[in-house]
Amino acid sequence: MSTIKSLDDLKKIREEALKKQQIKESSGKTEVIVGMGTVGIAAGARETLKAILETIEKENLSDIIVRQTGNIGLDSYEPIVQVAVSGKDKVSYGKVNPEMAQRIIKEHVVEGEIISEYQIKG
Amino acid sequence: MRELALHILDIAENSISAGSSKIRIAVIEDLISDTLKITIEDNGKGMDPKTVANITDPFITSRTTRKVGLGIPFFKATAEACEGSFCIESEIGMGTKVSASFKHSHIDRMPLGDLASTLLSLIIGTPEVHWFFDYQINEHGFVFDDEPIKQILEGIPLSEPSVMKYIREVLEEGIKNVRQQALAKVETGK
Repeated sequence: MSTIKSLDDLKKIREEALKKQQIKESSGKTEVIVGMGTVGIAAGARETLKAILETIEKENLSDIIVRQTGNIGLDSYEPIVQVAVSGKDKVSYGKVNPEMAQRIIKEHVVEGEIISEYQIKG
Repeated sequence: MRELALHILDIAENSISAGSSKIRIAVIEDLISDTLKITIEDNGKGMDPKTVANITDPFITSRTTRKVGLGIPFFKATAEACEGSFCIESEIGMGTKVSASFKHSHIDRMPLGDLASTLLSLIIGTPEVHWFFDYQINEHGFVFDDEPIKQILEGIPLSEPSVMKYIREVLEEGIKNVRQQALAKVETGK
């Protein structure tokens, strides 16, 4: 039998997350939104979202809210990822594959550099 | 779509759009009767009988951004191509239940695919929904309920890296264990 994760493990995780939160004290949250309508899913949105979650986990990035939403209404650009840094305008990226998603997190979300070549214009 | 897990994600998105606060996903593999059954049940706003009757028609959708809805007709066709069946039940104000069954060994049955990623996307991406997941192969089962996790977390977001890792590992291990147990049983005979 492999070890099943227990809720006690989760309690420890919470304690540590709380400590971290107290040290940092809200530097403002960033929201990352992935379009998950039928078209988005068929175009690979789940793999895009997975890459976003993996990057957050691997790079240990706190204070990022990841959300999914239904159809964004720009089918030909799916998968679509939107980044909303608090206090700034939302930026929409189109045809985002997992590699691009990773770059968006590292460069836009962490460094604050918008990647204009991926941006949906207009 | 190349995986049943992607269909599950798509149907669950409908449940989210219907304003559900509680969504249950069940995947039941029965190797004795050679069936695979998927159920997605929600407590969302539901549909009237006319809409339910028309829902499998690709030209009916409640969406306003585009006129053609393909998710449900697509899923239905997938099930029916595998000697399976498809059923949708709904009631206004009560919720909707979508079930699809497949002949497990049917040559055209697409693989279940990456169930853990589908679930993780849903759980992390819509934290306001109470998610319940039930996975069974024959008599072996794994049940996941995110409510106890959220109670312990008390305000720590699910997208916190260590929390996400925890949920991901619980899902991956739970699914893997069911498969290993079922396989071990098959190999040792009964």
